[in-house]
Amino acid sequence: MSKPKSAYSIPGKIGKMDTHIIVVWVDNEAGVLARVVGLFSGRGYNIESLAVAEIDSKKNLSRITIVTTGTPQVIEQIKLQLKKLVPVHKVADFKREDKQVIFKEMALLKIVGNASKTQKALNTCKKYNAVILDKTKKSVVIQITALRRDIDKVSIKLKSLGLVSASRTGAVAMTRGAEVFK
Amino acid sequence: MSKLYSGAEIVFKCLEDQKVDTIFGYPGGAVLPIYDELKNFQSVKHFLVRHEQGAGHAAEGYARSSGKPGVALVTSGPGATNIVTALTDAYMDSVPIVCISGQVPTHLIGTDAFQECDTTGITRPCTKHNWLVKDVKDLSKVIHRAFEVATTGRPGPVLVDIPKDIQFQKTTYTKYKKQKKLNGKAQSNFKQSEIEDLIKLMSKASKPIFYTGGGVINSGPKASELLRELVSATGFPITSTLQGLGAFPAEDNQFIGMLGMHGTYEANNAMHDCDLMINVGARFDDRITGKLDEFSPKSKKVHIDIDPSSINKNVKVDLAIVGDVTEVISSTLKSIKKNKPTFTKSNKQKISKWWEKIEKWRSINSLDYINSTETIKPQYAVQRLYELTKDKDTFITTEVGQHQMWAAQHYKFNKPNRWMTSGGLGTMGYGLPAAIGVQVANPNKLVIDIAGEASVLMTMQEMSTAVQYSLPIKIFILNNEYMGMVRQWQELLHDKNYSESYTAALPDFVKLAEAYGCVGIRATTPEELDDKIIEMLNTERPVIFDCRVDKIENCFPMIPSGKPHNQMLLGPNDQKQKKITGKGKTLV
Repeated sequence: MSKPKSAYSIPGKIGKMDTHIIVVWVDNEAGVLARVVGLFSGRGYNIESLAVAEIDSKKNLSRITIVTTGTPQVIEQIKLQLKKLVPVHKVADFKREDKQVIFKEMALLKIVGNASKTQKALNTCKKYNAVILDKTKKSVVIQITALRRDIDKVSIKLKSLGLVSASRTGAVAMTRGAEVFK
Repeated sequence: MSKLYSGAEIVFKCLEDQKVDTIFGYPGGAVLPIYDELKNFQSVKHFLVRHEQGAGHAAEGYARSSGKPGVALVTSGPGATNIVTALTDAYMDSVPIVCISGQVPTHLIGTDAFQECDTTGITRPCTKHNWLVKDVKDLSKVIHRAFEVATTGRPGPVLVDIPKDIQFQKTTYTKYKKQKKLNGKAQSNFKQSEIEDLIKLMSKASKPIFYTGGGVINSGPKASELLRELVSATGFPITSTLQGLGAFPAEDNQFIGMLGMHGTYEANNAMHDCDLMINVGARFDDRITGKLDEFSPKSKKVHIDIDPSSINKNVKVDLAIVGDVTEVISSTLKSIKKNKPTFTKSNKQKISKWWEKIEKWRSINSLDYINSTETIKPQYAVQRLYELTKDKDTFITTEVGQHQMWAAQHYKFNKPNRWMTSGGLGTMGYGLPAAIGVQVANPNKLVIDIAGEASVLMTMQEMSTAVQYSLPIKIFILNNEYMGMVRQWQELLHDKNYSESYTAALPDFVKLAEAYGCVGIRATTPEELDDKIIEMLNTERPVIFDCRVDKIENCFPMIPSGKPHNQMLLGPNDQKQKKITGKGKTLV
């Protein structure tokens, strides 16, 4: 057998893989992130990025945003399995292509080089809400907020302009308009 | 000011409040304060096991035969890790278990203290939920919540980890208040329109089948009653998973036997050829479906399950009804009676051709085997055991392997909660401690563990528990000196290379029984079998029955791996046996 993928049954046809952003509202209690992440690793689901922070200290609520890829069936399972966890309140699921949802990631980029290089670097970042957080004669720290793929592109461009260190967050998401996900 | 209780007292106050009268456990350093309190709470009886895994399986047996949650009490570190197998087993088979574990004092957590382990970390993937109690004020609330989570929705195990200092600290006790809304986790809000859709599908079908599972049993005895009513009203054939046996009487003509890898020829063929499959409380497990791409290709599929994540997990269905089996069937029956009073009659005619086909499959008699006058055939042993115990209200547990399948095939269950077997996890060593739990829950009933000699040795030490509490369990060992199912697969798939599947140095089970202080009986020939079984049944003490059976008998029929339902391997009587080659080999 050339591809012994499973010890049990023949793997069926794998459907089309889509990228989804899953947002989970959870009780901010010890171990809750481990439960969510453990569910993904235990069931073989994929995590591309993860962002988590408390959003309501009174209600003790945290919001976890997970970017994942999977077939429609897997995405459905992820949602249903997440909903079964006791500390989970609600689960939202957005397609990456969804125009009604804003996705953003933030990156801090440290550029080391002379003034002309750092200026060039700044120009490259301009499109992505660039903010200078720190500046010396030899270096600059730039904050940008953009989509993952844009940040990927910028990082590659900046390599030749003295990018020495990059720190990135996972994606966070918010629906457009007045409506709130219930 | 209200009275102050220590954490240890609160544990028992909660147990009393939850009407728990039985716990299985094993003491140790980190639970000593709780064990110290035991004497002050007469309503809770503690059963001392010999290994924490035994406590877990005993709690499972107790829960599955009584419908109440099983409770286990273990210490930190090895106590907790030893019960992980039982918790995982309960998680796979949806058995409500509340495990209370001791933990090192809070100030030592994280220091690699003596008998410390990350219990909540280790048990996170094998429980519905778990808690580490770091403040004694939370304790009563957490324990009550633990019972709620374990018993509602799809049942399952939970664990409460209590550090030793919390067991000493004092606080007030909060009584249990039943909440109306359970954090939205228990779902039974199906729509009437879904019921109407189901009835529409049922009235259109010409080749329907009910495929029922453990969910019917978990839903309570009422669900089994309603299922019987529905099946007889519709006239449809019904097959059951391993876990669902007993929900519908096996001796009824509409029951076409268990399905799946070692299910009957008629059940699997009917599943393959049907045009309507109604799954009631089963989960399309891979031992049931066989090759997924060719699983019941021409049917509309309906799935009734309390767990929304079971829907479309393995098999895509056409109609999903998320709800408790009792409620769904009861609504369905009501709707049929109200809107289609003639349904029953018209339907039975419509499906008569289907029944003819099923009878043809049935006539192959796929559970048949070649009997012998020289050696005891294992199937024959189970059949005789059934014939000699069927007039009693008998509870059967099993270990895992060939004997388990023969028990499922040849022992006929007519009532729910009488059959306790490890199906999902397939835990060898489950049956003996489970039998202890069953016997504790049903003191005057006959409890038999149909066992294999390899499995039963994994938890044999629990015989000592049975003797201590005078629990007259019967361990009926089908002894073939092999790990039979392993041997069978090696014969069929690995060119008869019986690698490590023969146990060369087995104990003398009769002497072993005597050593434990119970009774040992041995049967070696078919003609003495009945007398020996009767001797076992007449013994009011625990018995280890060493039934020496044919060493190379295989369990048939069988769906070879990688094959769909309609390509079964039948027994030695069948000439058309096809060898499993290439692709199928890696798939078992």
